[in-house]
Amino acid sequence: MIDVKNLSKSFGDHLVLNDISEHIYPGDKVVIIGPSGSGKSTFLRCLNLMENPSAGSIVFDGVDITDTKVNIDQIRRQMGMVFQHFNLFPNMTILKNITLAPIRTKLMTKAEAEEKAMQLLKRVGLEEKANAYPNQLSGGQKQRIAIVRALAMNPKVMLFDEPTSALDPEMVGEVLSVMKELAEEGMTMVVVTHEMGFAREVGNRVLFMDEGKVVEQGTPEEVFDHPQHPRLQDFLSKVL
Amino acid sequence: MEEYYLLWQSQMIAGEELPFWQEFFVKFYQAFIESDRWLQYLEGVQTTLIVTAMALCMGVIIGILVAIVRTAHDQQRVGKHNPILGVINAICKVYVTVIRGTPMMVQLLIMCFVIFSKSREFTMIGTLTLGINSGAYVAEIIRGGLMALDPGQAEAGRSLGLNYVDTMRFIVIPQAFKAILPSLGNEFIILLKDTSLITVIGGKELVYAAQGIYGRTYEQMFPLIGVACIYLVLVMIFSALLNLLERRLRQSDRR
Repeated sequence: MIDVKNLSKSFGDHLVLNDISEHIYPGDKVVIIGPSGSGKSTFLRCLNLMENPSAGSIVFDGVDITDTKVNIDQIRRQMGMVFQHFNLFPNMTILKNITLAPIRTKLMTKAEAEEKAMQLLKRVGLEEKANAYPNQLSGGQKQRIAIVRALAMNPKVMLFDEPTSALDPEMVGEVLSVMKELAEEGMTMVVVTHEMGFAREVGNRVLFMDEGKVVEQGTPEEVFDHPQHPRLQDFLSKVL
Repeated sequence: MEEYYLLWQSQMIAGEELPFWQEFFVKFYQAFIESDRWLQYLEGVQTTLIVTAMALCMGVIIGILVAIVRTAHDQQRVGKHNPILGVINAICKVYVTVIRGTPMMVQLLIMCFVIFSKSREFTMIGTLTLGINSGAYVAEIIRGGLMALDPGQAEAGRSLGLNYVDTMRFIVIPQAFKAILPSLGNEFIILLKDTSLITVIGGKELVYAAQGIYGRTYEQMFPLIGVACIYLVLVMIFSALLNLLERRLRQSDRR
């Protein structure tokens, strides 16, 4: 579904991603772990071109999205993204937050979008917040809304950039359970996270990144129970 | 009233020492009431307000256009630079640099005596100059507001597949507008007061009216303090309106 070839990204002289090749298949739940500064988030953000790769190509459904002639907005409509800091729009109600993109991109009519939004809100148990403003919600609620907002576009793949890192410990669970549900429904997901329990439970593939490279990858059992690379062993001994 | 004025005025002219309040009355009457002079101030206020409103509109339109060009240019995708935008951006940069780098008074004089030396529409020339001048400052204020907003907001918009224009229109600009309103209000207050400068090229606004009056009466204090009070009141009304607007825009901040 997403085919990454020889992807490199540097900010000035600093090489953040070093020649990564990776393939994400439909239905995959790829979890990316690694120390801070290892390039996990940058890798994720390259997948929908939030960051421009310095070299290499990313092919999504047969289209090379790094080609400057490609209409990137069209591609991004099929890729939902959830951010660490939620990035809800504080100037709109929750319902407007969710329906803005489907309506403006002419994916749905206003009525359709609102129906879909209410349906999704009900699923995450926040339908009574439809007319509230983001600042009136807790972190966990905001992140669940952010997930709903991305889902409202009916994306083919969901990208999660440390979705629980900015949350109170108490609220991590509610967000993870929404993500788990989504995984069970068969959504293709790429998740950057520090939640090792989630990685083990939900991921079907875990990538361990360090210094801009995928150092080791495999099933959660392989990665967590039989780590090969010394850097991964060292990392796991610190976080588990 | 008029009899007292005439009586006391003749005593003053004759060199008599009058009590303070009588002298005050005479000078006040002379500056504002005699031969309906308050009408001249009123006309002055009217012109001042019209000039301010027109310059404001021009400043905002120019400011928005310049700010959009400048930010759009800076936020282009790497490897997708538009050469036409580059040229327009360069023009905008020169405009901001020149306007901010030269005194308003000099700009007024150049516009009046060099560029439009054939025209006698001094008030219009003044308005035009003020609008162009204000545009440069408004542009930088708007640009500051656009840059100060958390980039995550625009990213979230773009990640949903909204294009650049929609992201700006629905997400970035409404939030930036709220953030820049105090500085924008400040700029508008400065603009209102700067309309007094067009007197130097013969624009017929409030200060011009005052000058006309003390040119006849040779009594400067009352017309000038009167004019100062009028400006003060105008600015206070303006600030109150801005406060009202700010409070309304803060609705979504309720927690």
